[in-house]
Amino acid sequence: MASLKDLRNRIASVKATQKITKAMQMVAAAKLRRAQEAAEAARPYSERMGAVLANITQAVGGGGDAPALMTGTGNDDVHLLVVCTAERGLCGGFNSQIARLARDHARKLLAEGKTVKIICVGKKGFDILRRDFASQIIDRVDLREVRQLAFTHADGIARKVISLFNEGGFDVCTLFYSQFKSVISQIPTAQQIIPAAAQADTADAGTGGAVYEYEPEPGEILSDLIPRNISVQIFRALLENAAGEMGAKMSAMDNATRNAGDMINRLTITYNRQRQAQITKELIEIISGAEAL
Amino acid sequence: MAQSFQFELVSPERLLVSDQVESVIIPGAEGEMTVMASHAPVMTTIKPGVVTVKSASGTEERYVVFGGFADVLPSGCTLLAESAVAVKDIDRADIARRIQEAKEDVADAKTDEHRTKAEAFLHQLTTLEGALLPA
Repeated sequence: MASLKDLRNRIASVKATQKITKAMQMVAAAKLRRAQEAAEAARPYSERMGAVLANITQAVGGGGDAPALMTGTGNDDVHLLVVCTAERGLCGGFNSQIARLARDHARKLLAEGKTVKIICVGKKGFDILRRDFASQIIDRVDLREVRQLAFTHADGIARKVISLFNEGGFDVCTLFYSQFKSVISQIPTAQQIIPAAAQADTADAGTGGAVYEYEPEPGEILSDLIPRNISVQIFRALLENAAGEMGAKMSAMDNATRNAGDMINRLTITYNRQRQAQITKELIEIISGAEAL
Repeated sequence: MAQSFQFELVSPERLLVSDQVESVIIPGAEGEMTVMASHAPVMTTIKPGVVTVKSASGTEERYVVFGGFADVLPSGCTLLAESAVAVKDIDRADIARRIQEAKEDVADAKTDEHRTKAEAFLHQLTTLEGALLPA
């Protein structure tokens, strides 16, 4: 049985931990709001981009001059997985969920005899995947120093991916990230970005049936547009991830704070019982001593 | 007074302008053009340059854009800029950095086609710098 002093120390230490988790929860809540705003601010761009892309795809009509980034190489042998995770832990199952999805996907591809290459964005995903796929990881992107995600970060990753594609480094590229649904629910998602998955056609909206003029040629615009679209997709994934990470961290820290509270209650009860027992014992000793006289 | 139409300037980070405007001057890849209400549908890439927005209330605002797309419809115009800043907020160092990057691109270019593209981009950037920041 722990002594009274031990219990007192224990209670003090749990209280200190609770203070930390509480502070982390509040920091996460503030960051979450900012991340959510950023994600929302970026939405118009990706929506319009989707509309423009659908429109122009229709104009080109999947003809011969569609760039390879869109049609693919025709093969399905080498897969590139871009796994986006957070830079920091302490956010519940957030990172491991994404990593698990990527790992299952990679295992399935390997079992089918395909080659898998992995690019890790974020430290945590790298730490998890390194155990199983050390030889497959070809690159990692560190965003640790980044305070506010900017488009240039996503653009840098997209450029790496595209230049690798142009060198014939892979055939299919899939992006793994966590979709931000709400503060308590983030859904790990796999999204194929190369070749571009077929877009729902929403092109007729607003043109009023008029014929578009393209300047320069549609094919040329398309070859400019598609790499940019990849950057946008990655950017969106990173923003959703950032919001999701903060959401997950907030609920994880909320749980931790609550658990610490429960623990303090339990320890306090034990502490009081023991103190009472000790007082009773001392009283009995005094009384029986007095009776003996 | 001229008719107004809906104009939106969006960059990946945020929506910069969403307003009723009278005319917009866009630095198209194949020449500048002024878009007014009921313009024929056009889609064009844009080069680094200045977008001048004349709003329905008569005020004029200028933005620097670094490449992107413009989607013009009779009912409105959407400009997807890779990056956009209001002219008054432009940062000299930022342009210098972009020019430096463009120069590196030219040096790194492997194919002729790529080099021509990179050189054209560098040229556009230097022109823009000259226009914005009189020495």
